[in-house]
Amino acid sequence: MSETVVQQPSFFQVKKGLFSWIFTLDHKRIGILYLYSIGFFFLVAAGLGILMRLELLNPGRDFIEAQTYNQVFTLHGVIMIFLFIIPSVPAVFGNFFLPIMLGTDDVAFPRLNLFSWWLYILGALFALSTLVFGDGPADTGWTFYAPYSVKTGTNVTTSVLAAFILGFSSILTGLNFIVTIHRLRTPGMGFNQMPLFAWALYATSWIQLLATPVIGITLLMIVAERVFGIGLFDPSIGGDPILYQHLFWIYSHPAVYIMALPAMGIVSEIIPTFAQRTIFGYKAIAYSSMAIAFVGYFVWGHHMFTSGMSGPAAIVFSIMTFFVAIPTAVKVFNWVATLYKGSIDIQVPLLFALAFIFNFLIGGLTGLVLGALAADVHVHDTYFVVGHFHYVMFGGAGFAFFGALHYWFPKMWGRMYNKKVANTAFALLFIGFNTTYFPMLILGLKGMPRRYYDYLPEFHDLNMLSTFGSWILVTGIIVMVINLFAGGIKGKKASANPWNGITLEWQTASPPPLHNFDKMPELPAGGPYNYPNAKNASH
Amino acid sequence: MADSHTFVLPNSGHNFDAKASKMGMWLFLFTELLLFGGLFLVYIIYRYLNQDAFLLASFELNVWMGTINTIVLLTSSMTIAMAITALQKGNAKLAITLSWLTILAALSFLVIKYFEWSSKFEHGLFPGMDHFDGLPLGERLYFYLYFFMTGLHALHVIVGGVFIAVVIRLIKKEKVTKERYSLLENSGLYWHLVDLIWIYLFPLFYLIH
Ligand code: HEM
Ligand SMILES: [Cu+2]
Repeated sequence: MSETVVQQPSFFQVKKGLFSWIFTLDHKRIGILYLYSIGFFFLVAAGLGILMRLELLNPGRDFIEAQTYNQVFTLHGVIMIFLFIIPSVPAVFGNFFLPIMLGTDDVAFPRLNLFSWWLYILGALFALSTLVFGDGPADTGWTFYAPYSVKTGTNVTTSVLAAFILGFSSILTGLNFIVTIHRLRTPGMGFNQMPLFAWALYATSWIQLLATPVIGITLLMIVAERVFGIGLFDPSIGGDPILYQHLFWIYSHPAVYIMALPAMGIVSEIIPTFAQRTIFGYKAIAYSSMAIAFVGYFVWGHHMFTSGMSGPAAIVFSIMTFFVAIPTAVKVFNWVATLYKGSIDIQVPLLFALAFIFNFLIGGLTGLVLGALAADVHVHDTYFVVGHFHYVMFGGAGFAFFGALHYWFPKMWGRMYNKKVANTAFALLFIGFNTTYFPMLILGLKGMPRRYYDYLPEFHDLNMLSTFGSWILVTGIIVMVINLFAGGIKGKKASANPWNGITLEWQTASPPPLHNFDKMPELPAGGPYNYPNAKNASH
Repeated sequence: MADSHTFVLPNSGHNFDAKASKMGMWLFLFTELLLFGGLFLVYIIYRYLNQDAFLLASFELNVWMGTINTIVLLTSSMTIAMAITALQKGNAKLAITLSWLTILAALSFLVIKYFEWSSKFEHGLFPGMDHFDGLPLGERLYFYLYFFMTGLHALHVIVGGVFIAVVIRLIKKEKVTKERYSLLENSGLYWHLVDLIWIYLFPLFYLIH
């Protein structure tokens, strides 16, 4: 407070009271509303995950019935996918930082932005209401495969409607970001001067817009089938269940990139900041996001190799799946090349970014195993798949989310968390994560099927290891959450630019004032990551 | 709290930006097209697999009612387009009248649809009714799609009508004016989409032989 002469009040101070939050039009407050809601659901679903691991500590029934177990993994999956990881980075950090990084004061449609958050809450209420009303939460798995999803007595209709509403919320966020990027960049910032996080959000938003309606209509068909008997998928009254699978994965494979691309965008921000060095291959990273978004549309069939598919179709889907690996690998090479000869400062956000690369590499490579026709027949629907997608979504996207939280925390709250504790939390998370999920990959190769509350005795050791891992993991989560809360309340005051970052959000106060900037932000000369005192600066 | 000297960025998200709102609307229409696109895909696949049954079932529909509804919707697309031009030329009154005409057309469409559907119900042609459940598989699929697609379309007619009604109120309150007509234009765009989808539904269900 004392260094600056006239300090604008921060966006926290402008107005107080509950209503000033839940009806706010300020993108920063909306971002924080999302953070608390999404964070809450992550903790709930993580709790369910821990419960499942506890049940799997020993073979046989420990404390969860078979039917309950089915409902638990479904609820865990639905919450983690639709309420946590899909909205996570765009809704929280996209909302908070996209306008600031573009040098503007809000998104293009502030009211629509608030409406998206309310839709999110409505969807969440629908999902949770299955716990209290009707015959309990759905037991179909998060994929709602027909015909079981049309026949089961559990509350599939409400869960499916929840996913529909959440999809709508996600579409509106994407739409808002696309228009914001097109219309509100600061004068002088062309597309190729945008920070890479903005590029990543741009590609993501297009996927949200182009893929989500397909699952929307598919889920409505499930509802119509359950409520009115419009039998489009149930073979006993006319329909074709394989068609459901196609429609489901036409969305849900691209949805993987809704999770992964923003995460990659975050890594592309963190790495240059902590290497104090221009990003290597800016355009390659920016355009590879678009390439991933595009190719990602033509690979959905790799989820259905074992459900009945013609040979040629399977081969095409398999080859396309291998193609997606190329733009992904381009990014990894660029990140590593950026670190090379940089002035690396190992701080918690960088550790999370490096962990992202490590985990995502395992997630991606195991994905290739699943995309290969012969191998997939062996490991389809085993714990290999469970291990694979947790590596991608949790070890990848989830860790990037945590990284973003630690990277932008001082900007958002104007305070710094305890770095030592944060390092400890990171170590627990990283070790816990790998101890939980690496054994699953081996279990899968040995043939343990997924979605059962029980297993054969020969899988006991590795399951025990995995459950021990989940205890380390959950300790890490608890330490991290407590440390962040403590930092937000009584951490040391943070300066405007504690990491010596160069993108526009570091030019304004921490936390930013209501309109983000007190004066015109200045674009760094020679590109968004051109560090002036770095060896490779271009002037 | 904020003082009068607060610096405001030239590229503020709170500025009125007609281009942005039009762009947003087009993107939204795009998602609507994809929503129906999923259904068209399902239609194509089931029609391809059950060509004869689809043909037989389509004879149950009343082509006349479908034709009248098509004309009604096409006319309403014209009236809303005229409403936009009227407002752009500063004639708010005429714009309001033309918008009301559009809503009237929407209502007529729904009334005709109501009669069409209820005659199907009278013939026992709805899932769960005896006659329907006795139909061969392909014909049932036809009717599943018929009810689902025209039902969803009817919902869009309602939404479009409400949208236009809201804009009428805003024109009266002079929130939507000659200079700021984006909202009326957007409701018009939405209405054209509703029309467009019907233009595809009509031949798919009534005409193809
Ligand atoms: C505390 C951390 C977590 C633990 C202990 C955990 C554990 C588990 C377990 C044991 C299963 C069930 C495996 C089966 O029986 O087939 C599962 C399924 C699943 N998990 Fe997690 N998980 C965690 C975090 C996450 C995160 C962060 C995500 C996504 C971002 C996620 C997404 C899923 C999904 C989509 C399923 C599949 C549900 C289904 O089969 O329908 N999980 N998890
Ligand atoms: Cu996939």
